[in-house]
Amino acid sequence: MTKTRFGFVFSAMAFGYAFLYLPILSLVAYSFNESKLVTVWGGFSTKWYGEMFQNETLIHAALQSLKVAALSASVSLILGTLASVAIVRFGPFFGRSILQGVLAAPLVMPEVLLGITMLMLFVAMDQVIGWPDARGLLTISIAHITFSVAYVFVVVQSRLRAFDRSLEEAALDLGARPLQVFVQITLPLIAPALVSGWLLAFTLSLDDLVIASFTSGPGSTTLPMVVFSSVRLGVNPQINALATILLLLVVASVWIANRLIRTTRN
Amino acid sequence: MKKPLSTIGGRLGRIGVLLIPAFWMSLFFVLPFFILVKISISEVRVGVPPYTEIFEWVGGLAFHIKGSLANYSFLISDTLYLDAYLNSIKIAALSTLICLLIGYPMALGISRTVGRTRNFLLVLVILPFWTSFLIRVYAWIGLLKNEGLINAVLQWAGIIDQPLELLHTPFAVYLGITYSYLPFMVLPLYATLERMDHALLEAAADLGARPARAFLSITLPQSFPGIVAGSMLVFIPAIGEFVIPDLLGGPSTLMIGKVLWNEFFLNRDWPLASAVAVVMLVLLIAPLVWWQRHQQIMEEKQG
Repeated sequence: MTKTRFGFVFSAMAFGYAFLYLPILSLVAYSFNESKLVTVWGGFSTKWYGEMFQNETLIHAALQSLKVAALSASVSLILGTLASVAIVRFGPFFGRSILQGVLAAPLVMPEVLLGITMLMLFVAMDQVIGWPDARGLLTISIAHITFSVAYVFVVVQSRLRAFDRSLEEAALDLGARPLQVFVQITLPLIAPALVSGWLLAFTLSLDDLVIASFTSGPGSTTLPMVVFSSVRLGVNPQINALATILLLLVVASVWIANRLIRTTRN
Repeated sequence: MKKPLSTIGGRLGRIGVLLIPAFWMSLFFVLPFFILVKISISEVRVGVPPYTEIFEWVGGLAFHIKGSLANYSFLISDTLYLDAYLNSIKIAALSTLICLLIGYPMALGISRTVGRTRNFLLVLVILPFWTSFLIRVYAWIGLLKNEGLINAVLQWAGIIDQPLELLHTPFAVYLGITYSYLPFMVLPLYATLERMDHALLEAAADLGARPARAFLSITLPQSFPGIVAGSMLVFIPAIGEFVIPDLLGGPSTLMIGKVLWNEFFLNRDWPLASAVAVVMLVLLIAPLVWWQRHQQIMEEKQG
């Protein structure tokens, strides 16, 4: 009886993982296909990679996206960490549960809602205080920071809740100032959460199409915007090549992260 | 003298720590929703900004409000919008259910493994989340289109003569949403299943309960918080989904996110797009508030 049930769970898992990975693997396979048609194998070729790196629009947009992602990940890391400290450590204060709700809300907000509200804000601010008079990388970054704070907050606060506070208390007893304790003890202890929060914010920003489309202006086109307008017209082997490179980067960073965790544990 | 000084510094520091993120979120997240409501009761016009001002100053601090609910009555009078809302709810709800049906056995399977196998299986669930969402949706175009891989395989196997119409159908939208949001269902489910008390299952088995019965009366109720969390993480973003219906759906697959996008970018009717957004928000608030209550109760229960 137990055996047949495990058989069911096992086949359901196999199906689930196949469902998750076959589409991604198909992109990798097509990226090396000489032919542009997905049903014809024209032989192994790396020509789409060459064409992709020659594609100036794509490369320019990728660089813009990297700038936005680095800036918004860094700022949202700071804001999200401050918010986590306030929520986890300050005890009850007025408006705590409202702040908690507001901090987590962007996690589940549909992107079109976030995008349109951000744009309306920028336009209204321009009317009232004359800033920002043009939309571009800065407005995209502000929008990305606002939703990324939620992700950083969730990751960092769960780490803050979980760890042993006795080290902090010992340092305080020995006369260290609160700020000193935070920098020398708390920060190193929550460092893994900070790294994953930053990476999460970076990835989300790099991948966002909808919010960037609402908050960008002329001349500031991010990578997802270029990818979207290209795939709307159909299959494009250069995008397959881009997907493969992206996948490779992600697998490599996960592998490195795992190695690091294992070596620090040993 | 040192002690009071440091407490004053500490208090100022604490206020700063609290106020900086609170200020940012109020300015860039809460305030915009009020502006959205304001623009939704204005009228469209040609110019910058493309909507009329609803406050008219009549000297000093007095002003008239010239808002109108015309955009909202238009939303009700034109069945396109109502159809799009209902269709979005239907598509999001059914996709959530499919995610649950596929994701539950996966989470259960992962929770029964140990050590490195478990880590590996978990990483495999999280990995797609780190790759581009847009590109993963795009992958389905190559699989689903008439000259795509699925039709080629089916024709080669002699199952069909003519290619099946798969891309630009409601089926493709369900598939796309299920595929994109599956990790969001598996992870919370796994988190509750992993914490589950296995002694109860053993006791049930000792008392002669069949696995199916033990599952229904022990495992399923205990994993309820995971089911709720996973369903929320799939259902709510799916309601407003734009990329998936745009790339995989056809002209008949109406979803409210796409309607909003078109109203905004193609028709350039900001006030109407704002009204569409306000109604979407109102629809989402009820499940969100319920979920937060539910989470708070669970937290209190855990102590």
